[in-house]
Amino acid sequence: MNSALVIIALTAILALALGLAARRGVRMTLEQWTVGGRDFGAPLVFLLTAGEIYTTFTFLGGSGYAYGKGAPAYYILAYGTLAYILSYWLLPPIWRYARQERLVSQSHFFTRKYDSFWLGILVAVIGVVALVPYLVLQLKGLGIIVTVASYGSVSSTAAIWIGAATVTIYVMVSGMHGAAWNAVVKDALILAVVVFLGIYLPFHYYGGYSEMFRAIDAAKPGMLAFKPTGQSVLWFQSTVALTALGFYMWPHAFAALFTARHERTFRRNAMALPLYQLILVFVFFSGFAAILQVPGLTGGDIDLSLFKLSIQTFDPWFVGVIGAAGVLTALVPGSLIILSAATLIANDLVRPLSPNISENAVTLIARAVVPALALVAVFFTLQGGQTIVALLLMGYSFVTQLFPALICSLMARNPMTKQGAAAGIIAGAAVVVYVTLTPHGTFVSLFPFLPPKADDINIGFAALILNVVVSTVVSLATRPSAVPVASHSG
Amino acid sequence: MTGVRWLAVLPFLGILVGTAYVNQVEPLVFGLPLVLAWIVGWVVVGAAILAVIYVLDPANADPDAGREGDVR
Repeated sequence: MNSALVIIALTAILALALGLAARRGVRMTLEQWTVGGRDFGAPLVFLLTAGEIYTTFTFLGGSGYAYGKGAPAYYILAYGTLAYILSYWLLPPIWRYARQERLVSQSHFFTRKYDSFWLGILVAVIGVVALVPYLVLQLKGLGIIVTVASYGSVSSTAAIWIGAATVTIYVMVSGMHGAAWNAVVKDALILAVVVFLGIYLPFHYYGGYSEMFRAIDAAKPGMLAFKPTGQSVLWFQSTVALTALGFYMWPHAFAALFTARHERTFRRNAMALPLYQLILVFVFFSGFAAILQVPGLTGGDIDLSLFKLSIQTFDPWFVGVIGAAGVLTALVPGSLIILSAATLIANDLVRPLSPNISENAVTLIARAVVPALALVAVFFTLQGGQTIVALLLMGYSFVTQLFPALICSLMARNPMTKQGAAAGIIAGAAVVVYVTLTPHGTFVSLFPFLPPKADDINIGFAALILNVVVSTVVSLATRPSAVPVASHSG
Repeated sequence: MTGVRWLAVLPFLGILVGTAYVNQVEPLVFGLPLVLAWIVGWVVVGAAILAVIYVLDPANADPDAGREGDVR
């Protein structure tokens, strides 16, 4: 066992200990376990929300995408800012309603707003489906870190199993409280590591940023700007729109915002978070620095670039520090994701479908589901092949389908009916499933009257447009005045 | 406040529309490719705009304004 692995293992153990310590003195009801008793102040909510940003997705996925694709990685920097601006007005009304109705989940929110049992179930299913690729990408990240930092002595399969086991234990002992405290440690460490790498690597290998970008532009012309087709400007625009709108549609992002004590918290955080986002530029620098130094990684392997370059550059102990930061970026968000998915299944699927179940049984099921979810994620992770960014975009393509129904429900007079909301969400999700699972399926192959350029549009965004069209048409057709009997169905 | 609020539209225009017009590497700005520098610029401007809106928003002026749900 080399010093890199020792440091990484110690970090994982320390994270578990912090999780255990955070739990002391708190009686673990479902509300405590999932929303921390709804009593976190601005700094913790900030970190939990930011914890959603600085996952292994940014650390390995962001640098890997810059390495493998170039300019398309810029979207990661752009969407957060727009999402925070939206959040200034979007989150306070959601929080107020959730607090007033004592809701603990996104699915409850939709059930109550639309007064529809089955819409709540549908939202929960969409949430679970979207969370799986997100969980898979965290495990993939853990696998990469442990394998590469062990200099190949731990196989990636073993690493993924170790990672999944750690996340499972971690969530089962501490729930939300553990996630909050580890988020503090994680963000401090990742900030330091990423800024250091983003400055050191370009200067060490190229002598500066201008020199680095000129060298890349000379070796790989066209990589640093958007291409005319494929991942073009149109792809950038639609991807940024999709991810900015979907940012707070994740069930775990919803759950994190329920932890706030005041609604002003969101407005203050909205102001600070875009600047926090700038750390991504340093992530890109690390990925760009790797292009000419560790060439030849392709496909799903582009996510290895940051670690390959680190190993080539630093002593094992420092690779261990980078790996430790990486482990935390996977562990903390991974535990939030798995916690959210487990709560969704127990609280929003099992409980409504079996009305006589006791409170204790629901809490027990929520915990029991955690290892099952970890197993499902391990299964998909071992299938491999996808890049981290592609996995996250797949999740976004699902969750963003909830946005139109959410925004309409916040209006004084909701123009959307529950049938309209459900039909839109199902239509959007169905298109995403079709294009994802069909080998040569594209949006234009479904709607051949569209110009070929339409295939540059991110599939999730294309599905969102269809979603809006379908929900508008169905809402018009099912207006209460038009169909007076519709109100007791659903 | 109502007038200032519209400033929030600018980052959307800058990032979603403006990027199409600056999609090139040269000239480098602070060492960054032009299109990347453009996006970084809008992140900074976006934060500044939100800060202005936050300060001028009457909902944030009273320290207790955010707790209307509390019974006191």
